Amino acid sequence: MTGAWRNEESMDAIITENLTKTYSNGVKALDGVSFAVRPGEIFGLLGPNGAGKSTTVRILATLTFADGGTARVAGHDVRTESEAVRRRIGYVSQASGVDKYQTGRENLTLQGHLVRVPGRELRSRVDELLAWVGLTEAADRTVKTYSGGMKRRLDLAMGLIHKPAVIFLDEPTTGLDPETRATLWQDLQRLRREQDLTVLLTTHYLEEADQLCDRLAIVDHGRVVVEGTPGALKSEIRGDAVTLEVDTETSLVATTLRPLAGVLDVIPNGRSVVARVAHGATAIPSLITALEQQGVGVQSVSLSRPSLDDVYLHHTGHRFSAAADSAATSAPVPETGRGRE
Amino acid sequence: MSYLRDTWYLLWRHIVTTVRIPVWLFVTIVQPIIWLTLYGQLFRRVVEIPGFEAGSYIQFLTPGVLIMSALFGAAWSGMGIIVDLNDGIMDRVLATPVRPSAIVTAAVLHAVLTGLVQAIIILLMSLVLGARVPGGIGGVLAILLMASLLAAGLAFISNGIALVTRREETLISVANFFGTPLLFLSTAFIAADLMPGWIRSIARFNPVNWAIDASRAAMEGGNWTIIVQNSVYLAGFVLLGGVLAMLAMRSYRRAV
Repeated sequence: MTGAWRNEESMDAIITENLTKTYSNGVKALDGVSFAVRPGEIFGLLGPNGAGKSTTVRILATLTFADGGTARVAGHDVRTESEAVRRRIGYVSQASGVDKYQTGRENLTLQGHLVRVPGRELRSRVDELLAWVGLTEAADRTVKTYSGGMKRRLDLAMGLIHKPAVIFLDEPTTGLDPETRATLWQDLQRLRREQDLTVLLTTHYLEEADQLCDRLAIVDHGRVVVEGTPGALKSEIRGDAVTLEVDTETSLVATTLRPLAGVLDVIPNGRSVVARVAHGATAIPSLITALEQQGVGVQSVSLSRPSLDDVYLHHTGHRFSAAADSAATSAPVPETGRGRE
Repeated sequence: MSYLRDTWYLLWRHIVTTVRIPVWLFVTIVQPIIWLTLYGQLFRRVVEIPGFEAGSYIQFLTPGVLIMSALFGAAWSGMGIIVDLNDGIMDRVLATPVRPSAIVTAAVLHAVLTGLVQAIIILLMSLVLGARVPGGIGGVLAILLMASLLAAGLAFISNGIALVTRREETLISVANFFGTPLLFLSTAFIAADLMPGWIRSIARFNPVNWAIDASRAAMEGGNWTIIVQNSVYLAGFVLLGGVLAMLAMRSYRRAV
């Protein structure tokens, strides 16, 4: 028995290999998703809407099936041992999942019964969790009266009621105002410190992935393009980013800047150009001079240390915000009810 | 064992939720009373038509209205599932060790329970309006069994449609499209002898009519053959509905 325990613990909490899925309406949601999550870490799937994050989480939570590839969660195969997986996971969907006509305490108690928390432990576990998420006073009010943040904290508590090995949080802060979002980040950090579990969250907020995740995978068009710690991913990007807003064709700008000394890379991006340079502050004057010699007017210049946005740009070839916008308008979404990716 | 426990917990949630929506509670209780008094008044003189053998129309109408409220209550049962789909409750429960079929069974039992409460209200109201139950306690229990079986079968189908279409609009049109014809292709309001021959032939295959005929026999306390025979038919109907609902649940899990 102890041997089995040890074995389970030493393994990756989540491991996916080459997951693929195409919805019946022909939308290819996943095109070979592979990544591994170590026990006890907060792992983020970062990508724009429609990138395949929610689909991945739904497969891992045994809610739907992949067409190809394999996935193991907490040591069990999601396809062949789905029952064992479900006993070890908490799942908090984008669309909440609380019954608004019941009180916070009733919602938690029902969830506890459904995930087989023994009756004699359940009452104290419910009280403990209500206190942990700061809902003790609101516990006996119906959820209808809760604010967005309170509802989200109840969701979180419901995902934790049976002390799962892995919890999935699908877009946990989408739709929350910035203040509530910051509070929830603190809750999630407290979660990792105080509860012994692995967190897989999806997000389309760069700063959320940066601040909250121990490691992350960038998902783009149904594939994981890169995986690592936010720090390591950023340090892979050499030099500083100089963003130049210009009044002419950006391809001309790119050909002008590329041969200059100290310029590592130039990526045109709509009306602006991102030049990656070894030393930003010293490079700017020479960049502007070179452009002016070509008759290109520079409207603004900004200098930044590498960010996750640059990591995203480097690996996918397009800016994160641009991808989020185009995904929202062009990617058809399967009919699965409200509020899902 | 855990299957029954899960079903009970989920059923309890439905009960608590519905009791907390006052409008729903009011409609559930008052609507059957309105139907009974309204139809009872409107068609009072129908019994005077030669060939209509019943003595009082209320006596004749009671099983019809009783089964009608079971019919419409159950036909809408799938709406609950659609609300749960939209609110994310379905996914949350599907990610627990609860078996998916327990989710459907709880919704169906809720429809049955609602139908039973309405049936009891209608029976009491009919006594007030002058109907009598010569069939006695056994007759009453048989009537409640018919209402339960019909509600269960229809609720399974309604939940199945909800899982496949996942849209409120579709369920509403399907329930309307089939609900009313099923009711009028039966002896709910008029004796079989007075129906056109072709309607009588169709009614023979109509589960709603099975339930009404058996309930009427049970109320009068006479013909137990038809009661037993129609409960067997209705049990088959429940089984069919159950299989369809489980297939629908499977297709839902593949589609999303």
